[in-house]
Amino acid sequence: MTKLTRKIALGSAAAALAVTGLAGAAWAQRDPAYEAARSSGQVGEKMDGYLGIVGAETTELKRLVNDINIKRRAVYAEKAQAANATLEEYSLTAGCIAISRTTPGEKYQAPDGSWKTRSSAPPERDARCP
Amino acid sequence: MTGWQLTLRRAAATSHSMNGMGQSRWSAGRGTCRLLMLVAGMAMLGGCVSVNAPDGPIVIELNINIRSEVVYRLANDASETIEDNADIF
Repeated sequence: MTKLTRKIALGSAAAALAVTGLAGAAWAQRDPAYEAARSSGQVGEKMDGYLGIVGAETTELKRLVNDINIKRRAVYAEKAQAANATLEEYSLTAGCIAISRTTPGEKYQAPDGSWKTRSSAPPERDARCP
Repeated sequence: MTGWQLTLRRAAATSHSMNGMGQSRWSAGRGTCRLLMLVAGMAMLGGCVSVNAPDGPIVIELNINIRSEVVYRLANDASETIEDNADIF
């Protein structure tokens, strides 16, 4: 009996975790201001795995980009340590993937350092990108 | 009075112009010499310091120490990270 209740409790806990996990994943979307800045080409994905300001820098854009880059750096640092890699190695890899995930109209940094607008064609990436 | 002055001036002018002509010829010679020296100097400079533009586009090598093998190894992990943190990517 106790075994069964424990099982039920465990099962329900797992189910609850799965549900909250799903809800969390679904909820974790881009901030509308960030989404707008991306799609309008005000910010772009840099090669080094961080966001960059493409055109004129405004305090609003700087705040938005810095905020996201600080969060990204924290994630990179944690994941790099777990994967036995350096922060730079991990962030460059993430940059490769973030650039390949850009959608047409969004900006990204090409290997020569210039900003490019993503088209339906594959983006120009660093030779080391997978 | 004016005639005097004119003659005097003419005389002075002729001698002066003669003198001047001689000088100008000399200075022209000096000028060419200087010009030649300058050209020679520039030619020498051109021979010594040659700045060539690179043929291909300048590529910023972002952290040369990172090898593609490492990037390949981390690719899946980084991909998952981006998916898990959709709000900041």
